[in-house]
Amino acid sequence: MLITCPYCGPRDVIEFTYQGDGNRERPQPASQDLDAWNAYVYDRLNPAGDHNEIWQHSGGCRSHLRVVRNTITHEILSTEFARGGHKAGGRS
Amino acid sequence: MSPRRAEAGGRIDRLRTIRFTFDGAPYTGHAGDTLASALLANGVTLFGRSFKYHRPRGLLAAGVEEPNALVTVLRGEVREPNIAATMVEIYDGLVAVSQNRTPSLAWDIGAINQLGGKILSAGFYYKTFMGPVIGPLKGTRFWMFCEHFIRRAAGLGRAGTAPDPARYERMNAFCDVLVVGSGPAGLMAAKAAADQGARVILADLEAGFGGSANWSGETIDGMQAADWAQRIVGQLEGNDNVRLLPRTTVWGYYDGNTLAALERVTDHKEAAAKGEPRQRYWAIRAGTVVLATGAFERPLVFPGNDRPGVMLAHAAERYAYEYGVLPGQRIALFTNNDSAYASAVALKKAGAAVVAIVDVRSDVTGDMRRLASEAEAELLTGHAVIATEGGKALSGLKVQRFDAMSGALSGDERSIHADCLLMSGGWSPTIHLASQAGAKAEWDPARQAFLPPKPTQRWPNQHWIGAGAFTGAFSTAEAIAEGRAAGVSAAGGTATPIALPVVEAAPGDPDPAPVFEIKAKGKSFVDFQHDVTAEDVRLAHREGFVSVEHLKRYTTLGMATDQGKNSNVPGLAIMAEALGKPILEVGTTRFRAPYTAVSIGSLAAERFGDLKPERLTPMHDWHIANGARMYSAGLWYRPMIYGHAGETVEQAYVREAKATRESAGIVDVSTLGKIAVQGPDAAEFLDRVYTNMFSTLAVGKARYGLMLREDGLAFDDGTTWRLGEQEFLMTTTTANAGKVMQHLEYFLDVIWPELKVTVTSVTDEWAGAAIGGPNARAILASCVKGTAVDNATLPFMGIVHGEIAGVPVMICRLSFSGEMAFEVYSGAGYGTHVWEALIEAGKPFGLVTYGLEALGTMRIEKGHVTGAEIDGRTTARDLHLDWMLSKKKPFIGSAMMDREGLVANDRLQLVGLIALDNRPLNGGGHVVEQLDEENPHDSLGHITACCYSPALGQYIALALVKGGKARHGTRAFVSDPLRDRFGPVEIVSNHFYDPDGSRMHG
Repeated sequence: MLITCPYCGPRDVIEFTYQGDGNRERPQPASQDLDAWNAYVYDRLNPAGDHNEIWQHSGGCRSHLRVVRNTITHEILSTEFARGGHKAGGRS
Repeated sequence: MSPRRAEAGGRIDRLRTIRFTFDGAPYTGHAGDTLASALLANGVTLFGRSFKYHRPRGLLAAGVEEPNALVTVLRGEVREPNIAATMVEIYDGLVAVSQNRTPSLAWDIGAINQLGGKILSAGFYYKTFMGPVIGPLKGTRFWMFCEHFIRRAAGLGRAGTAPDPARYERMNAFCDVLVVGSGPAGLMAAKAAADQGARVILADLEAGFGGSANWSGETIDGMQAADWAQRIVGQLEGNDNVRLLPRTTVWGYYDGNTLAALERVTDHKEAAAKGEPRQRYWAIRAGTVVLATGAFERPLVFPGNDRPGVMLAHAAERYAYEYGVLPGQRIALFTNNDSAYASAVALKKAGAAVVAIVDVRSDVTGDMRRLASEAEAELLTGHAVIATEGGKALSGLKVQRFDAMSGALSGDERSIHADCLLMSGGWSPTIHLASQAGAKAEWDPARQAFLPPKPTQRWPNQHWIGAGAFTGAFSTAEAIAEGRAAGVSAAGGTATPIALPVVEAAPGDPDPAPVFEIKAKGKSFVDFQHDVTAEDVRLAHREGFVSVEHLKRYTTLGMATDQGKNSNVPGLAIMAEALGKPILEVGTTRFRAPYTAVSIGSLAAERFGDLKPERLTPMHDWHIANGARMYSAGLWYRPMIYGHAGETVEQAYVREAKATRESAGIVDVSTLGKIAVQGPDAAEFLDRVYTNMFSTLAVGKARYGLMLREDGLAFDDGTTWRLGEQEFLMTTTTANAGKVMQHLEYFLDVIWPELKVTVTSVTDEWAGAAIGGPNARAILASCVKGTAVDNATLPFMGIVHGEIAGVPVMICRLSFSGEMAFEVYSGAGYGTHVWEALIEAGKPFGLVTYGLEALGTMRIEKGHVTGAEIDGRTTARDLHLDWMLSKKKPFIGSAMMDREGLVANDRLQLVGLIALDNRPLNGGGHVVEQLDEENPHDSLGHITACCYSPALGQYIALALVKGGKARHGTRAFVSDPLRDRFGPVEIVSNHFYDPDGSRMHG
């Protein structure tokens, strides 16, 4: 699998660390809504198809990237810096 | 001359004789021989014993698909089992032994299993080892009892126990076109792609390039096919943009056109040259892959088809043409297709007598009749072999009239005297890599084979093109045409018509008769390596296994080391017949990586042994020079003890810890993770990350901090120093430095991108020394310039900047040992300089150096936690760190940490243990209320760390015990059946020593 880092260019997956489902929405820090926290901490989407994920280029520039990956074909459809905002906008 | 070696011919070097042994007996062969061809030349017919029935087995094939002739190769103490003799190139001094026989290959006691055929049928394990309902061998215990004996009786080679001294290496390679297989199709593809200017890698699992050209006996462009192949190889060799990889098996096809290959660099040599690895693992990223992997000839399924001397037709042709070895003097052939006729002619030309060609088809073409008469063979059309005769070698066979439409046998049996029977059941393209890449094979009723589909759009990351026999194009002329087209297209060019090499080959129709099995009395093998018979397949069907996946698992068909390279299609055909369905509807299983067995060493490569990275602290050489015994902690090396002559480890750490508490000790703490946290929002960020408050921390002060994970469990601890209004130096545990860094980066990048903070790992920039004990301050006072270190200037958790021996240092007063202690940080390059100055200053005070053991001892005495207690299952409360949970602000984990299960009273909580029998305790030992050495049960928890405490004069431990806090002062037992350690303990507070901290504050 090759992931194109916006800084570093196309790099082998071995340089990246999977940092989880990119669709999770973290509740406000002071929120006491346990259901929302539970969903954030434990619930993961597991689609057969395009998936919004967070990857860190840990063996490179260390940026976190928002990656859309097809879980069936392992095709990387898009990558961008995660810093653009936490809330996932779906396909980018 | 050896008995079966022809006077001339073959592509071996007859001038070079090579000596080797097999099962202890000395043999000779020639350069270019495989173990199989050399033994065959010496008249050896018996190569192995079969998996279940211990039947004598000979060579079936000549290549990678060989299921029978598995051997173990010995190199010194190292044994490598289950290698096909056909893939072992001989070298002087090669030592190979046969497998699965006791006491010898010729006289094998396990052969008695042949009498138990009915019992040892499919599903044997499942049916036989359901133990009785009660008693000592109830349920699965019966299986566990029997397993020991069965594993010895059934099976393959024995793995070695000696460490593998070989070196392995990993290479990353990139190319425009990877060509897998170097037969005529692969050679043409590589040549065409290279001519287009593409970067090409050509890999072949054999020692030489050329594939079928090396043994086909055909003529290409007026020369021997093998010579033509060598000419193309020569042209490729001269090309800068081509890399040739012989002895390289491409075994895996992964996402994004990444392929894994194993190059056997020195397995064929007596010894590796300096710097040469034994094997090289290639990760190849290819723009396009040309799959020119050829096809395997299929065996026919008939009684006695596994007797030594029964061989695949093309394999015999290959032994004759490539190695100059005749597998027999009187050869018979049994076929359902035309390709065996060319084999008959080839063997006749090589000097064998071809006594008969038995063809299941009632009629054959005039071309085939002409080939049969050229081979001077009796042609028996409409016949089938129904039995073979002989013991450890073939002596004859029986044939009978056969109707290919109905499968019925009729007429009288007729015996034919032969010492070799060649069979050809049609050809199966080697579609493994395409299948791994996601392609679904399609059954072609004409070819009677699973053919690869056209590459589909469903797998946008996989770009492959097939060529030659791989696509079902079995003739060399087609292979050459397809190979060229594939090469040009893979290189992104457009094929212009050119004159292709002209092939002269025997005629023949590639389509076989749809006959897979001759049903007659006796065991007919489908899977030779796993001893699966046709009857086993039908039994599985009768017992209700209808899907091919279930069939495979129940009968173990195709699950041996050869992964069914010979047996898949015949097995499916028999299953399809039993189901009354066409093969098309039954389908096939998907092939998985690896294509052939891959050594674990090659996968580990440089991650193991002398190429593994190591991290050394700046003072490493000093430690070594001063008698430290080192200890690996992750990638780090840290002093364990600085032992004196004659001291045990325990004596050394007790002395070090004692001296520290009595006067002073110094320890290297450079390995602690250090992260610079800087920026206008640094304090706010730390408030969110740590459970306690950091925004209130004054500049020039440090604070102990605790981090939780999002789920509320404890994550890491350490001190963080405020060096400026917007600048902090965070320390983490050694083990978690990387994880904490990643955690911080994640929150800054993904969750709180609005915070103006940067984090930088500075672990390697600082050398750290912790100096503690009653005299620590006096030692510092005597060597630190530029600052006072008295209580007013440097209070507990205070930070000062000064100089030691001319080097700027930063000193923080904090304590892990429980003594008055200071951490002295300097630039990493000056670490040893400062360390030596501190040692010098400490001399009048009897300063000792101490290692991790003494560090651990003092922290256990103090009840401080480390990774052994912050184990990913404990909460702050479990570790009595709830005083650190701020109520004034949310922080990572604050919302989740109060969940019911995380605040329950019966959770495992940190306690101290004192051994009441004055014997050492062991980490991992369990704590129980009732001691039951025979049947240990009801664990209350476990020991996380243990030591002899010089301060207490007792063996003590930290433990996580259910409801531990309420058990202080009570009696329990340790129960450690693995190490046979049982005994009484007292549960106490984890703060064994100086619980109010007067020593470190004092």
